[in-house]
Amino acid sequence: MRFRRLVQANLFRKKARLLLTIGSFTVALFLFAFLAVVREAFTRGGGIASASRLVVINRVSLIQPLPLSYRDKISALKGVEAVTHNNWFGGVYQDPKNFFPQFVIDPENQRTVMPELIVSDGQWNTFLKDQQGAIVGARTAERFGWKVGDRISIKSPAYFGGQAWQFNIDGIYHGERRTDDESQFWFQWKYFEQNVPPNFKDMVGWYVVKLESPDDALRVSKAIDAEFANSPYETKTDTESQFAASWVNQMGNIKFLILSIGSVVFFTLLLVTGNTMAISVRERTAELAILKAIGFKDGTVLLLVLTEALAIAFVGAVLGLALATLAIPVLGAALNGLLPNLILSNSMIAAGVGFALATGVISGLLPGIGAMRLRVVDALRRI
Amino acid sequence: MIVIPVIYNFRSAKARWTSAIVAVLGIAGTVGVFVAMLALAQGFRATLVSSGSVDNAIILRAGANSEMESGITLSNISILQDEPGVARQNGQPLVTSEVVVVAPFPLLPTNTDANVQVRGVSPNVLTVRPNIKIVEGRMFRPGLAELVVGSNAVKSYAGMNVGNKIRFGGGEWTVTGVFDAGGSAFDSEVWCDARVLNGVYKRPGQVFQSATVHLTSPDAFQKFKDAASKDPRLNVDVSREIDYYAKQSETFTRLITILGGLVAGVMAIGAIFGALNTMYSAVAERTREIAVMRALGFGAAAVVFSFLIEAVLISFVGGALGSIAVLPLNGFTTGAMNWQTFSHLAFAFRITPNLMIGGIIFALGMGIVGGLLPAIHAARQPVAQALREL
Repeated sequence: MRFRRLVQANLFRKKARLLLTIGSFTVALFLFAFLAVVREAFTRGGGIASASRLVVINRVSLIQPLPLSYRDKISALKGVEAVTHNNWFGGVYQDPKNFFPQFVIDPENQRTVMPELIVSDGQWNTFLKDQQGAIVGARTAERFGWKVGDRISIKSPAYFGGQAWQFNIDGIYHGERRTDDESQFWFQWKYFEQNVPPNFKDMVGWYVVKLESPDDALRVSKAIDAEFANSPYETKTDTESQFAASWVNQMGNIKFLILSIGSVVFFTLLLVTGNTMAISVRERTAELAILKAIGFKDGTVLLLVLTEALAIAFVGAVLGLALATLAIPVLGAALNGLLPNLILSNSMIAAGVGFALATGVISGLLPGIGAMRLRVVDALRRI
Repeated sequence: MIVIPVIYNFRSAKARWTSAIVAVLGIAGTVGVFVAMLALAQGFRATLVSSGSVDNAIILRAGANSEMESGITLSNISILQDEPGVARQNGQPLVTSEVVVVAPFPLLPTNTDANVQVRGVSPNVLTVRPNIKIVEGRMFRPGLAELVVGSNAVKSYAGMNVGNKIRFGGGEWTVTGVFDAGGSAFDSEVWCDARVLNGVYKRPGQVFQSATVHLTSPDAFQKFKDAASKDPRLNVDVSREIDYYAKQSETFTRLITILGGLVAGVMAIGAIFGALNTMYSAVAERTREIAVMRALGFGAAAVVFSFLIEAVLISFVGGALGSIAVLPLNGFTTGAMNWQTFSHLAFAFRITPNLMIGGIIFALGMGIVGGLLPAIHAARQPVAQALREL
């Protein structure tokens, strides 16, 4: 571009201001990325849950168990492709703060029902043969530095006896999508059943049902609940997405709060940076008038001002987003499993750059148009 | 030192009102977020902590982290109630044996199910926890399928009004009253007779999850704890009720404090950048004014002081504005998941005078950091050269 040197000279005329303005943009974009990521983590459940899976829980409440005998009755229903059952274990690895979900699984059907959580066949076969075997999500394995072949000990909660249970890490699963939950720890139903007090035997926490077709969800869930109506263990069946949504709704206001705080943050910072850029243009009104006096067209003058504003906004945005990309994994580790894995998606980055450039345009445009419309004589006389 | 009159700073702020307003808004926004996040964490903590009282002790099975994991038999409870330090009324020990279950109730306004804590208690529970009062209707009658609901539960879940019948746990229950627990976690709960709850949930009738005793005085705790821990017939953990609930609030409070601290911290950096920019341009625009003042005999220190005063004024207004702007949030009730019990808990933002003062101090800090460098810059300009500049 012909006026590159001119724009450059204007940009670097006040280095302190340039750095501060870029810094403000960096901060704004860093916060934008951070809040977007946290918000996404809070509301993830609904998005990744499958509509072609049903979750069957005890009608009384989630924490009441269901008999194991329901498995065969559910799989016999029309429209059901596969059924797996899970229990919540709730053990403690070294310290209660090291929370991660531990599920007792039905090894026969888990992989069929949850095909998006991928384990290699070799690892899976070792797991099947190993009574004390465990499959762990990549994120949890990384968090505690577990490798295949490691032997670990998890303390069971008091109602399961409170003793330490030994596990062999036989495999590590990865999610098909980045948003899949890679924090779970699975172990064998047989091992569980042999070691819990008698009143927990033959009782599972919940069933997950894979449907032949998602269109069938309503009919099948009604059929399941009807099958067990008036029994001592009535069921409540929802699609996985409804089930996830009810959890998200319980956190509902938090999501709203993050959103409103985010808007305040972003608006405030953009106001401040926008104002600074406007000041720096206003200060140069006389110079712009001189440019016009020596023959620059109105459009060119506006373009010069805009280019400068956009350059600052763009550099600030790139820095802020780069910083966020580096900081978010560190933050996820600092939160120590309190939130699902934090993911900075491409659409968030694109939105961030878009916001920054829009601010650049607006803050350059207002004084720029003023400068463009200025009568040269008036502007020069101001000096 | 001859001080430049403060009226000069007011007048100059008025003359450059757009920049001043933007700086004020920047600081106000930062302080508002800072105060709101802390108020949220504080509210959550206060809700759980105020559930416990210093002169109550909660007894769980040894090694249990929460009531959900615990189990304690009726025979253990009868041993416990004769230990030293337990308060009595009309000769009866003040002990409540409790069972906690989680039941799904529709959450207003979405009508999706929320996990609500249902607490089975002893009929004398109101004497063990004297700060809890029935504010509408009456207490449940022992042995009947009747419920009293917390004052937040009535507002948060559908169908909880006095006189209504509710189905859960395979039984039909009548709501007979509403209790007020002063904004504590109990306000999000539903209470009924522990023995009836055990029956409906097909739990063994002689087993409870926790026992809470009212002590003769807060000081009696150690005596009671020592006696219960040493008793060979018992295998229990004794905690002060208030400590038990403080521990429950840790996870969420930590999450909010980390998130809030980070957001407010980063925002403060942004606001300081904004303040620096505003003050630098203020200095640049006033080069000649400053030189004139120096020529009149005001010292360099007076100029630094004057610019600092201006920055502090702006940040004070911003801080006060930010703290006041979030004040309507005080008492605003929101819901969150209590991850220790997997149940839904309503709590309110709590903005205390201390928080607001903290917010203003935070703002002043930003003002001083943002104003100091430009102020020194202003004082350093050579007088003669600055006067000649234009």
